[in-house]
Amino acid sequence: MNIVTKYFNCNILKDGKILTQDLWVVDGRIANPEIIFYDKKKIPDVEIDCLGSLITPGFIDLQINGAFGVDFTYHKGDGLDIVKKGLLQYGVTGFCPTIILPKFKRCNGNEQGAAILGAHVEGPFISKLKHGAHSIFNIKTLENSNITDTYGSLNNIAIVTLAPELNGSMETIKLLSNQGIVVSLGHTSSDMETSIQAVKNGATFITHLFNAMLSFHHRDPGLIGLIACPPSVEKPLFFGIIADGTHTHPTALKIAHKINSEGLVLVTDALSAIGLPDGIHYLGDKQIEVKNSKAYIANTNTLCGSVTPLDECMRYFLNATNCSVAEAIETITLHPAKVLGIQQFKGTLNYGADADFVFLGNKLNVQSTWINGQCVFKHSSGAGYIEKKNNLNIS
Amino acid sequence: MRLIIMDNAEKVSEWAAKYVVKRIKHFNPGPDRYFVLGLPTGGTPLGMYKYLIKYYKAGDISFKYVKTFNMDEYVGIPRDHVESYHYYMMTNFFTHVDIDPNNAHILDGNAVDLQAECMHYEQLIEKAGGIHLFIGGIGPDGHIAFNEPGSSLVSKTRVKTLARETLEANARFFDNDIDKVPKRALTVGVGTVMKAETVMILITGSHKAFALHKAIEEGVNHMWTVSAFQQHPKTIILCDEDATLELKVKTVKYFKALGAVHEKLIEDNSDS
Repeated sequence: MNIVTKYFNCNILKDGKILTQDLWVVDGRIANPEIIFYDKKKIPDVEIDCLGSLITPGFIDLQINGAFGVDFTYHKGDGLDIVKKGLLQYGVTGFCPTIILPKFKRCNGNEQGAAILGAHVEGPFISKLKHGAHSIFNIKTLENSNITDTYGSLNNIAIVTLAPELNGSMETIKLLSNQGIVVSLGHTSSDMETSIQAVKNGATFITHLFNAMLSFHHRDPGLIGLIACPPSVEKPLFFGIIADGTHTHPTALKIAHKINSEGLVLVTDALSAIGLPDGIHYLGDKQIEVKNSKAYIANTNTLCGSVTPLDECMRYFLNATNCSVAEAIETITLHPAKVLGIQQFKGTLNYGADADFVFLGNKLNVQSTWINGQCVFKHSSGAGYIEKKNNLNIS
Repeated sequence: MRLIIMDNAEKVSEWAAKYVVKRIKHFNPGPDRYFVLGLPTGGTPLGMYKYLIKYYKAGDISFKYVKTFNMDEYVGIPRDHVESYHYYMMTNFFTHVDIDPNNAHILDGNAVDLQAECMHYEQLIEKAGGIHLFIGGIGPDGHIAFNEPGSSLVSKTRVKTLARETLEANARFFDNDIDKVPKRALTVGVGTVMKAETVMILITGSHKAFALHKAIEEGVNHMWTVSAFQQHPKTIILCDEDATLELKVKTVKYFKALGAVHEKLIEDNSDS
């Protein structure tokens, strides 16, 4: 057993509750103090006074298209490293780069940056009617192309967003979900019945609820209707939602939260302009202007995607829905981890989980971010802790 | 015997913790000289542990050269069960101070040979040189540790089958299901506690008032096991006002008049 670290004077988010409890970490994992004390008979080598901070699991973003001027789809080279590192300041310790082709490899988080939990491949099997920001020329049908030819290896794919109304989609959903890939329904004109079939065939996620799908209709509630009556009890259905204050009205957030708080996952769907200072920026062939934390196509008032970090989305969601702090935080920790089926190691502070966590201040502001028990980001106004080494010799 | 009456339970906790600190400091423990404490669990001593942690954090006391022996433990519940005394001690005290885990002893209720575990425990206490200060609480029926009414007053550490009444009282901690309540426990004997140099018993609340009356105003009786400490050379009974409700006015007045003497027990430079 290596270095034992005890975090004290903190509140921790555990089992859906905020508890005044110490947190113990050994070898980069959350440890059970009972085993350390009674079996290993060790006292902490390092004690961290958390100064009353709230410790939550590291945040997970399942849908992010780029950041800090780096667009995942177009960028090559070291752009990914800039993003991995930069996201730490928002408390993000793991994310799914959202791209057309799965060109990025999965990797663990470390002091260099957040973990890549697998690609979120959005398209190309989506509806021409609901393509959103995707170029209509890239959209493919399942009749003319197959999965392997399109994506190559499936190894680095965590999530595939597709439209279930396309011919051949049900077989594709089955094939992907059997291989452990999360199928997310989105960019679709699917009615409710088709959506239910898709879930029965293995789909478990909905891509940015309310956006790029049919609006709610009382005679056919469409894909949105699914959140009120998930077709399967054993396999819970989750849905991503953009809580940036622009892409989803606060009332819509409230509705989604009231109907199905357990399945709600906040995603940023952030564009590469996130993290850039105000001013004109060139992203690929587009010129955009960032003003007051919003991104516009330059010299217009047309919004061009979300630039709100995940921690801010969480705070916005909390205000909009008036839910508990624990509930708000679980939408960016436990719930996204469950979508990926990694809740044993991520999105939780249970014993045995990876020691990825965030120290939040009393405004739920990110003070510091930790991966494998190492502090990888400290906010300039205070990291929310003081470290103390023990020199006690024990026999 | 000393009977120390404090205004309320909070003051009892504070006084108890101050006394522990005083005794440890006065003993001046070191690598070859450990102070040995006997410790209770339950609701009554919780406040004392909070104060001890506070004093430790303030740098007033260290438990580095302290050995502890807990009074009892249930048989057959997992060590990490929230009602186990291992869990209680870890959560409420041990992991918040600098005690060496090798020096913190609790009976193992999951030992294969329970009898042997009890004998071994007695030996451990002996090897540690006996207990300097044994702290206990009592039940409304006057039991100390799991030495329920009728226990031998010279008993040693052993396995005890719990009374039906105790099981019923404990069911609230086990999903209100009496079948989940452990039926047996390991406990130090009355005789084990009697051998300690000093015994300090914490008693708070009106529901324990009758037990306190039986403990000190009537004779030694195995149906009120705590009464055995009338024959201990150095017993401190520390209670709150509520716990004195069944005592004679004369008893209360007599001991209250000694208040100034009692305060000296926790002063820094006095002999204990």
